[in-house]
Amino acid sequence: MSIEVSNLTKIFNGFTAVDDVNFQIETGELVALLGPSGSGKSTLLRMIAGLEIPDNGTIHLTGKETTSASPRDRNVGFVFQHYALFKHMTIYDNIAFGLKVRKAPKHEIAPRVSELLELVQLRGLEKRYPSQISGGQRQRVAVARALAARPNILLLDEPFGALDAKVREELRKWILQLHEQTQVTTLFVTHDQHEALEIAHKVFVMNKGKIEQEGTPAEIFDHPATPFVAEFVGENNFVEAEVVEPHTVRWGQFTFRVNGYPTGQKIRIYFRPNDVYVSSAPESGSVNARISKTRFKGALIELHLVIETDKQIIAHVPKGVAHSSGFTEGAEVFVQITEYHAFRNSEHTIDESLVTI
Amino acid sequence: MIVKKIISKLTDGKKSKRVIPGFGLSLGFTMFYLSLIVMIPLSTLFFKTFSLTWEEFYSTISSPRVLSSFGLTFGASLTAGVINVIFGPLVAWSLVRYNFPAKRIIDALVDLPFALPTAIAGITLTSLYAENGWFGEYLLAIGIKSAYTPIGITIALIFIGLPFVVRTVQPVLEALEVDIEEAAASLGATRWQIITRVILPVIRPAVLTGFVLSFARALGEYGSVIFIAGNMPMKTEISTLLIITRLEQYDYAGAISIAVTMLAASFILILIINILQSRINKKNLIS
Amino acid sequence: MKRIKDIIKNIRAQKSVETKSPKLTEPFFVRWLVIGISILFIGVFVCAPLFLVFVKAFEKGAAAYYAAISDEASFSAIKLTLITAVIAVPCNMIFGLAASWLIAKFHFRGKNILTTLIDLPFTVSPVVSGMIFVMLFGLQGWFGSWLYANDIKIIYAVPGIVLATIFVTLPFVARELIPIMQINGTEEEQAALVLGAGGWKTFFHVTFPNIKWALIYGVILCNARAMGEFGAVSVVSGHIRGLTNTIPLHAEILYNEYQMNAAFAVASSLTLLAVITLALKKFAEIKIKQELAESNYISVGENI
Repeated sequence: MSIEVSNLTKIFNGFTAVDDVNFQIETGELVALLGPSGSGKSTLLRMIAGLEIPDNGTIHLTGKETTSASPRDRNVGFVFQHYALFKHMTIYDNIAFGLKVRKAPKHEIAPRVSELLELVQLRGLEKRYPSQISGGQRQRVAVARALAARPNILLLDEPFGALDAKVREELRKWILQLHEQTQVTTLFVTHDQHEALEIAHKVFVMNKGKIEQEGTPAEIFDHPATPFVAEFVGENNFVEAEVVEPHTVRWGQFTFRVNGYPTGQKIRIYFRPNDVYVSSAPESGSVNARISKTRFKGALIELHLVIETDKQIIAHVPKGVAHSSGFTEGAEVFVQITEYHAFRNSEHTIDESLVTI
Repeated sequence: MIVKKIISKLTDGKKSKRVIPGFGLSLGFTMFYLSLIVMIPLSTLFFKTFSLTWEEFYSTISSPRVLSSFGLTFGASLTAGVINVIFGPLVAWSLVRYNFPAKRIIDALVDLPFALPTAIAGITLTSLYAENGWFGEYLLAIGIKSAYTPIGITIALIFIGLPFVVRTVQPVLEALEVDIEEAAASLGATRWQIITRVILPVIRPAVLTGFVLSFARALGEYGSVIFIAGNMPMKTEISTLLIITRLEQYDYAGAISIAVTMLAASFILILIINILQSRINKKNLIS
Repeated sequence: MKRIKDIIKNIRAQKSVETKSPKLTEPFFVRWLVIGISILFIGVFVCAPLFLVFVKAFEKGAAAYYAAISDEASFSAIKLTLITAVIAVPCNMIFGLAASWLIAKFHFRGKNILTTLIDLPFTVSPVVSGMIFVMLFGLQGWFGSWLYANDIKIIYAVPGIVLATIFVTLPFVARELIPIMQINGTEEEQAALVLGAGGWKTFFHVTFPNIKWALIYGVILCNARAMGEFGAVSVVSGHIRGLTNTIPLHAEILYNEYQMNAAFAVASSLTLLAVITLALKKFAEIKIKQELAESNYISVGENI
């Protein structure tokens, strides 16, 4: 076990940033902490690094209790969101810093630094200063610096948050590659679901200081455990309805099967736009709808569907299908919802701004 | 033990919740040093003031010699402050907005009154404005006696206060967004209107701050003034000199009475200016 | 004086200084009138005194100048001034480093009070600054009789001069360091800690290089004031020639004895120091600007 966190709590001036969090990360895993800003994910990461001291709970790193150990005694690598490179030192000195202060033998430093420069593909820049290289390059230097002293754990705080879209894309691939090469246990914080789902083996979704769900990217995306996860990860339609008869929820002409809720329970049903099946001919169980608007989304076309004049849902269909089936504004179509998730309405107060309809 | 207690008090009772090292050390040293150099010495002023009897206090500050020194000190300080408020922003404006030869040197020289020891400023200004001095001679020719009169004192205080006004106004002028002026110009304002209605209101707080700083400094000034003042009782004797005279006579009560009165008066004056300023600001916010 | 806070402000406002359309400035004659008044004002009030010091100092020739400053009393005044500065400046430098570290890197209660306390010596008249030490250590002061009984002299002796000078120059270094340390934040320090550096290593390898020029700036100003302080020192010194006279006090005595040229010769040394101080200060300002602009460049990059 590489990282083991139990009952971890941190309170800032009465605000509970991290609330009784528990999790374990296996050696060699690449894990994403995903959540909106203010969800406590950075605080959690900083506690693991020793940059914040928890108010309650324990942290074990590679089996050792390090809850209130000094950052220097934890042997973790930390990559700051704004890099925090030493601006008066060259790239070489930045990378060598950790080795020098840990009193590594002189003859080991130079080879290790050049090895790292190779690893982060920045050979030839060792004499430059941080102000003389690009943002993406600075981020790589920050990673190289964190890896120099061979930490057991690499922690990255919003590693690509400050970069433009194109560079982020490149760095994502690069970090995956890097992880394959180094196999160091990696935990990174991000608010970008694409980043988390694309890179990580495992994703922890955080909200209001708690971990809402942990699982593989596929589990998180396909089986959201809470309304928050359903809304935060991926796009979603949601409708509110009531359980009218055992195991059955009706919303207009749609019928949803739900288990375990008593009659009269208010329910939220979530379904993804790509789980809305649209066809030009009626099929069994399909419902009439009219396309009120179409929107271009690259390979997909987004259809805004009006059902029974007062209900609206969104569907995503491949561009080819949309063209061949004549899905244009004003067209009458037939709709089925193939997959959905139901939650009790009171389980969470739901941030309306996240709703996609 | 006590230090540790104080530290834990200051840190809300939680111990070592700080990751950046050196809190205890820097807090301990800072408090120790400040107590030794600033707080203990200044507290004597406080305690001695409260051990004064009313008679001691009143008899000192009601003496005509002391009263006339108050009048002179406040009058000259105010006059010097006003003159600096007129010329200081002008100098700052030239330095920020215009290019002219030797601008950098002029810019650096504005700080000379800070860097030059006051005593040297004093003897130099006296030599300049004495009857046979470079300036004094000509001023005398047009009937103005400058050295050894309140005029000379005011001149010294202008010298001392100048950088305060220039250096508080200058950064504000530099930070002034040209956009505002451009916007005003595009709305059809003349240059004069832009200066009086757009720029002046923005720099006014800085000008006032500069005035307060230079005025406060002038009240307590000693070195640059005593040479040019001539120090004639009832005529050109400033309050700080009276404090020293009393101290040399071991009349501590007298010295403190004068010092405390000066401190209180300048404090009240600064308070009034600050209140005025916040009133003005509020009015601006509303309109 | 142009403080580091202002330099920071300027850098943030840089773009507004560069642009200037002809429509947005004053007519030619107004411009030159304002420039003329400014130059005249600075000329009369600042340049003229500066010139006069050197003219008067050398009026009687180089030999007289040399005689005046190599005189025994002058020599001991110079020595005392140097001793005072050598004690006061390092003390306040260490204090400045500790106080700015405390104020810029930590949150704690009473921080504003502490900052006000640090600035206090600036707002107190030099004469009052001297007076408080007289009341502590003078013959009729709190510790006066005890000091007298134990034959320890503070007032009218060197320790008093040093103490008063430390008091007067206390804020200089701290005031310049605090804003720059606040701007730099704590991220680089945190990075160093995670990389395994201890407190002192973090300070010397990471913090110090970033505040180097601000420290020099503060030390330059502190030194100028320490060598030139007159009011406070005058109160505690007793003007004992050859023993408790600093350069400014010695210049005063010579002046009062109508030895004008000697007075100005002695004064010229401190005037030269003032000019050098201004030049160094300007240089340090440029360096600080460059470094801030560089870190600004980094933070601008971050926002993209």
